[in-house]
Amino acid sequence: MEFDPVLIARLQFAFTIAFHIIFPTFTIGLSAYIATLMVMAMVTGRERLQRLAQFWTRIFAISFAMGVVSGVVLAYQFGTNWSRFSAFAGNVIGPLIGYEVLTAFFLEATFLGIMLFGWGRVPMRLQVFSSIMVALGTVISTFWIIAANSWMQTPAGHQIVDGIAVPLDWWDIIFNPSFPYRFAHMLNAAYLTSAFVVLAVGARYLLADRHPEQARTMMRMAIGLLAVLAPLQVLLGDLHGLNTLKHQPIKIAAMEAHWDTFGPGNFHVFAWPDEEAEENHFAISIPQGASLILTHRLNGQFLGLKEVPPQERPPVKTAFFAFRVMLAAGFFMVAAALVGAWLMWRGVLFETRWYLRIVANTWWIGFVAVIAGWIVTETGRQPWIVHRIMRTADAISPVTASTVATSLALFVVIYGIVFAAGIYYINRLINKGPQSRALESPAGLPTRPLSAAHDAGREALASRG
Amino acid sequence: MQIDLPLVWAAIVGLAVAMYVILDGFDLGIGVLLGLTDKANERDQMVNAIAPFWDGNETWLVLGGGALWIAFPGAYAVIMPALYVPVIAMLLALVFRGVAFEFRALAESSKPFWDSAMIGGSALAALCQGAILGGLIQGIRIENGAYAGGAFDWATPFTALCALGVLAGYALLGATWLVLKTEGAIATRAREQAKILLLVVLGFMVIVSAWTPFAFERIFERWFSLPNFFYLWPVPLVTALVAFIGWRALERGREVMPFLSAIALFLLGYLGLVISVFPYLVPPDLTIWQASATPSTQMFMLVGTLMLLPIILGYVVFVYWIFRGKVREGDSYH
Repeated sequence: MEFDPVLIARLQFAFTIAFHIIFPTFTIGLSAYIATLMVMAMVTGRERLQRLAQFWTRIFAISFAMGVVSGVVLAYQFGTNWSRFSAFAGNVIGPLIGYEVLTAFFLEATFLGIMLFGWGRVPMRLQVFSSIMVALGTVISTFWIIAANSWMQTPAGHQIVDGIAVPLDWWDIIFNPSFPYRFAHMLNAAYLTSAFVVLAVGARYLLADRHPEQARTMMRMAIGLLAVLAPLQVLLGDLHGLNTLKHQPIKIAAMEAHWDTFGPGNFHVFAWPDEEAEENHFAISIPQGASLILTHRLNGQFLGLKEVPPQERPPVKTAFFAFRVMLAAGFFMVAAALVGAWLMWRGVLFETRWYLRIVANTWWIGFVAVIAGWIVTETGRQPWIVHRIMRTADAISPVTASTVATSLALFVVIYGIVFAAGIYYINRLINKGPQSRALESPAGLPTRPLSAAHDAGREALASRG
Repeated sequence: MQIDLPLVWAAIVGLAVAMYVILDGFDLGIGVLLGLTDKANERDQMVNAIAPFWDGNETWLVLGGGALWIAFPGAYAVIMPALYVPVIAMLLALVFRGVAFEFRALAESSKPFWDSAMIGGSALAALCQGAILGGLIQGIRIENGAYAGGAFDWATPFTALCALGVLAGYALLGATWLVLKTEGAIATRAREQAKILLLVVLGFMVIVSAWTPFAFERIFERWFSLPNFFYLWPVPLVTALVAFIGWRALERGREVMPFLSAIALFLLGYLGLVISVFPYLVPPDLTIWQASATPSTQMFMLVGTLMLLPIILGYVVFVYWIFRGKVREGDSYH
């Protein structure tokens, strides 16, 4: 079988990074939630919050481990499969990833040890501090990796010398034109996705009439956050889109399957882009919708795909459909957030079973949005690996297609096993629920049995009422 | 004053790799040693001896590979494709090893599977790292700045030898860490295992030290030409001395000295390899100066690294101090 080495290498990177992004997305959000619970527990002295933090920490540990091991794969894959890219861009983006390791990875990994194993061994202050350090580490990590990826989208601050990119101005490299928008958009996506998971778990417990007090706390906190972050994400997405229009107009053209610069800027809710004929079939469109979103004018014009030859266009169907999936998931979350906020304001949130059922079964929606969004931004950048400077096809390593096909097959199988196991064990932990006794001593025995009994009694009474 | 940036960076990459080998060495080693006992509580105790540390330890691998890319992109872009198979196999092994920590703690009927994942993953990662080391020493074919060989050029008897040597070496580090961190039956058995492993590792070091000068002329030149020989002959001697000290410490029931001797042994082996290979980052053709990134890149990264490395070392020491003392039986996994 003849494999195209570039396609196989792209498939392998796409697969391994799509798998990976699930975990940091969850880790960023969940670590912030745990840190928040820990601070609140320390300040208010309420043991219930500490137990909730401990419950989520066990789930966090699984997600973190899977993020780490899949992340190491990516760090080495730049070299194994994209050596020409690594040689070309290494002088510029290498240090960004280096700083990610030095300022973020070590911070997270080290304090994670205390976060997971310090209970009963270290004072509460240090336990709380460690959870804050881990949460901080994830944000710092996001900063650096998005800076590196954004440079690939909107390169700046460099010059080309002897066929490789060399740095000129580090500030311009890091704070390149698309960076602030992509950083805000991704960070918010992580918090949003994780909040939705917390909401779903809370709803699940209420539906099963288990851990009612904890469930209510989780739902209240999640809705409070979602009501702000979900609409904010629409704004951030819009700003990101406008920035992309300015710097990567052909990506926008592909996202909207917009062929003619001077043609109508309709927003196609659905269409089937025909890349050979350079037109769309079966379009169901909102007239002038795209013009309105992108230019804020009804008859505004924006560049169409036909402005550039076919070899400079990204795969249209991929960008187009992935974008719509992301929008659908995103607007679902906005609706869920606003409906939930309204129900909470009316005081009927916890009894509205149809709402609880919907959110309990859509815990995964944020992850769909994140993966779809990343597919848009990365495939939309094609055929460039560094926008308009280096082509993806010129970036691969001198490794045969069959070798890469083998490693791809192994990744698919092994990641499949590991992912299935991860979901299974996280689900098991959720079924088990927050413990009714705080884990404070190394042997797992409560050191304050009276307060544990008091809390357990209160919970039992609350679930009856 | 002109700083030789490539030289400074070679030292930093060298340091990161050394830190990785020692730190992840002992936890990979313990992963392997897990296979030598089938008692569940003993395995749990052995895992608890490394559980709070493994993630931080493995981060040095990312720093080592990352630093290689940043400071010597010319070398990184050649080494990775050349050693594709052992690198990918190592990554997959580390995936299994990493998740096994969490999954085995939660598993009931599938605990044996995740224990095997930890044992197999640790062993495979160690073997691959040895193969990568051997593949690097024996040299990589470059044409026009890119790798010009096949997928299996690295697979030779020499790399197999290095693979087994590193496996034994990590097992030694693991066994001596157990002597330090555990007590009772596990510690006693680890002490016996460490003595055997010490001899095995020493054996491998002797074979590799004899093999490399005779297989590779450049290495023969490096060690046996004059005046080099007058400076270098103490290295094997000190190695033998360290091995002797380690043996005596194990015999005499010492707790910390065995681990320190194992580290010293590793560092001496590492030193020997550096002496053999320097200044070629990718033998036989690419020196550190040829493979270097631009001065701007190296300087930008250096400034931050010099500030951050001491802080990182500081909180790494802090975490080891927090979790000091013996692993007690009954210590539960978070």
